[in-house]
Amino acid sequence: MKTVLKSITLAVAFLLTNVNLLASETEGKHQGNEEKFDAVEVIMHHISDAHEFHILDYTDDHGVEHPVAIPLPVILFTDGSLDVFMSSEFNHGHDTVNIGNHAYFLDHGHIAEVSGSNLHPIDFSITKNVFSMLLSVFLLVLIFVTVGRSYRKGSGAPTGLASFMEPLVLFVRDDIAVPNIGEKQANKFLPYLLTVFFFILMNNLLGLIPFFPGSANLTGNISFTITLAFITFLITNLNGNKDYWKHIFATPGVPLWLAPIMIPVELMGIFAKPIALLIRLFANITAGHIIILSLISLIFIFKTVMIAPVSVGFVLFMDVLELLVAALQAYIFTLLSALFIGMAVAEHEHH
Amino acid sequence: MGPLAAIGAGLAVIGAGIGIGKIGGSAMEGIARQPEATSKIQTAMIIAAALVEGVALFAVVVSLLVASN
Repeated sequence: MKTVLKSITLAVAFLLTNVNLLASETEGKHQGNEEKFDAVEVIMHHISDAHEFHILDYTDDHGVEHPVAIPLPVILFTDGSLDVFMSSEFNHGHDTVNIGNHAYFLDHGHIAEVSGSNLHPIDFSITKNVFSMLLSVFLLVLIFVTVGRSYRKGSGAPTGLASFMEPLVLFVRDDIAVPNIGEKQANKFLPYLLTVFFFILMNNLLGLIPFFPGSANLTGNISFTITLAFITFLITNLNGNKDYWKHIFATPGVPLWLAPIMIPVELMGIFAKPIALLIRLFANITAGHIIILSLISLIFIFKTVMIAPVSVGFVLFMDVLELLVAALQAYIFTLLSALFIGMAVAEHEHH
Repeated sequence: MGPLAAIGAGLAVIGAGIGIGKIGGSAMEGIARQPEATSKIQTAMIIAAALVEGVALFAVVVSLLVASN
């Protein structure tokens, strides 16, 4: 306890000195009049979804900045009509696009209608994240169809890609599904667990690639993790057996007068588990992207190339750590899903 | 709100640091006592560390939301 207190005081002391440093830094910044590099804006732009795949900006001879980006299709559903065009028609947010009776413009990365009943149309666009997701689906189908075909051919030892994937599949079955759900029922939930494991793993790894096909912050997108956690929530509760519901509405061994407290708490528990699951994945991946981008931003904040070796060194370290995190988060998500499902379907021994 | 959010993130890091430090220390102790159980201890350690980290990241998310508003 003493050591804990000691470390807390030390850390607080460090924190206070750092705050002082920060304060003096901001004072210094206000004096400079040149164009400031806004790290927060750059980072937020990179971790949020977009209608185009931004690659780089270059400044031409006249000092005008030109963004270079790969356009992606925009699919909008407005007032019963489907409007499809490429995002390049927005000219990086400078132009308004007229399609049929509707006019659209980019409002901070979101498509909005210039005039009309609904300001934000229903957006089915293939955005950066959707593109990344479709790519990972395509890669996963390719990998597993290849692996599946190699098993159909012969009954010998796995070869090629199969010999790489088989340990991973066996790992999910023997170390995640069977210990948590039980030998009897594990096979029923294995397809979901395997899908979610490889899907998250593939998307995490694609997000770590810093250039075109990758770099989308898909698993760090809250909508994506909400969807995955919602599927786990549905599977858990739809497969919950009598014991599972009994433990929620009439916890055994608890006196009846505690029920007004126990039932709301248990009901909150049903929702808290998937919420913790979705925030963990979202926050881990987003934090990873932010850290890497912040370290790169250091070069531009200090405006010197001298800091680059430090920056690149740290980024390399963080990237290696993120490789671990990418696998770890896929594992944790699958493990906790299996745990929740296991708790819902567990056969309790009655004495 | 920026500096306040930074302090919040920093406090969260203290908590996570203590948590992960304790997990790591105990795992080291466990491995030193029973080297043959290394792989099992490591797996349990990583899971526990990830859970602690998850809680710390909740705080980071809250700080981010405060800072970006």
